[in-house]
Amino acid sequence: MSVDFLIETAKKIQVVINDNSSEIEKLDQEIGDGDHIFNVQRGIKLVIELEPTIKDLIMSKALNQIAMKVLSGIGGSSGALFGTLFMTMAKGNAIDEGVNYKKAIEIFAEGVEAVKQRGKADVGEKTMMDVLIPVSNCLKKGVEDDKDLKEILKEAVEVAEKGMFSTKDLLATKGRASFLGERAKGHIDPGARSSQLMIKTVCESVINS
Amino acid sequence: MKKFMNSADDFLKESLQGFGAAHQDIVSCHYDPNFITRATPTKEGKVALISGGGSGHEPMHGGLVGYGMLDAACPGFVFSSPTPDQMLAAAEKVDSGAGVLFIVKNYSGDVMNFQMAAEMMQGPNESVLTNDDVAVEDSSFTTGRRGVAATVVVEKIVGSLAEHGGSLHECKALGDKVNKNSGSMGVAFSSCTVPAAGKPNFDIGDDEMEFGVGIHGEPGRRRDKMKSAQEITNELLEAINEDLKPEANEEILLFVNGMGGTPLTELYLIYDNAKNMLDKKNIKISRSLVGNYCTSLEMQGSSITLTKLDEELVKHWDSSVHTAAMRWGV
Repeated sequence: MSVDFLIETAKKIQVVINDNSSEIEKLDQEIGDGDHIFNVQRGIKLVIELEPTIKDLIMSKALNQIAMKVLSGIGGSSGALFGTLFMTMAKGNAIDEGVNYKKAIEIFAEGVEAVKQRGKADVGEKTMMDVLIPVSNCLKKGVEDDKDLKEILKEAVEVAEKGMFSTKDLLATKGRASFLGERAKGHIDPGARSSQLMIKTVCESVINS
Repeated sequence: MKKFMNSADDFLKESLQGFGAAHQDIVSCHYDPNFITRATPTKEGKVALISGGGSGHEPMHGGLVGYGMLDAACPGFVFSSPTPDQMLAAAEKVDSGAGVLFIVKNYSGDVMNFQMAAEMMQGPNESVLTNDDVAVEDSSFTTGRRGVAATVVVEKIVGSLAEHGGSLHECKALGDKVNKNSGSMGVAFSSCTVPAAGKPNFDIGDDEMEFGVGIHGEPGRRRDKMKSAQEITNELLEAINEDLKPEANEEILLFVNGMGGTPLTELYLIYDNAKNMLDKKNIKISRSLVGNYCTSLEMQGSSITLTKLDEELVKHWDSSVHTAAMRWGV
């Protein structure tokens, strides 16, 4: 994984998120306050605009710049949570000596764990953690079992989708949807949907590379 | 969408610029990152009070910066939490060395961003988390009750203590006490439109109201058919009383807050109807506040906040305040 890869993937994510923006906005208006899609779009745009600043940086510095940009540029829960994800990944052990796929999975899993602590949310609370935690576990398991990288990533794409759909019938206990009680049931969580789209894009861009 | 705006991107900046220019005797606006401070520096040894939250709730919090209340406010994008760099820049500007008290409304985004700022901050700091909205059930397993209009009361009372030499620890304790002594509940008749979204946050019929609504138009307890003002007021107060359990002859502050789109005429009518009910229960209204303080853009609606008062709280409520939105005793 290189800094170039991060930037190129962010560009691909931008296309996918824009293609699905009205769906995500609608999901958020059903059970949130409608700002999630704008926050995500703003965050991705800011990361892409960092290209000239970070393209020649070492991995830890590039990730840290992305973290600070996401944190200060997005606001809301998304900013704090994605900022925490990248900030933790930037602290990954020896990442400046090269990031192979095992290393990438290791630092992603550490990032997801930090996000879980920050948001105090676990699987089953109708949040993006219903996508991120199962995906992180699936990736780690794949590495432990010494599976082929593309197989692992294909599985992660499926796990992400399953996690996203699982939020539909859940009662929200974290975030703004929690104020709805029973009324949130029957709606997919917008954060789970945007996270799933991002995971899918990242995995597929590696699979097809 | 009809709004006074030139472009969604400049909406917040232009509004802040106008606010800063209109009240330059009281506040000073700083940009990139955005924060509002008093026009004069914090006096030596005074605990600095910093609040913040999404924009769209004006005058909360920028309008509450000034003598006797906040030292700084950090406005986020409309209905979106501010970010740690804003709180850190504000803290650096207003911390006189006596420490910083963050006053945070219990919404996930606000809580996380203020928490990150507190972690990154070098000097002593504490936080008061407001969660006065009785519409939402509280539980340690959920996000819990929202922080809404009582935040204004917390800022007034703690602001006075800080102004009169209260320590960081004492300010935090008093903030927690005011929050615990307060309960709020709101109702909305119409939705509101975030400028960047361009369309209403939720749909609501002409004959409907959202009972227990939050300050971003997020849903409350239930969707009801419209009722008379007295019936609505009674239901709001019953929900608050059930939670707050004020006793007969107990003194309270009755705060009727407008959400932005309801005229003062109606807010005073609500005050009258609330007084009818509280009188019947022998609950003594000893202080009052009526107006648009914790708004939700152009939403039609109102919230009622009750705060149980004691001698200490009354003293700090009555003390002088000079902000853009609240001014007495000066």
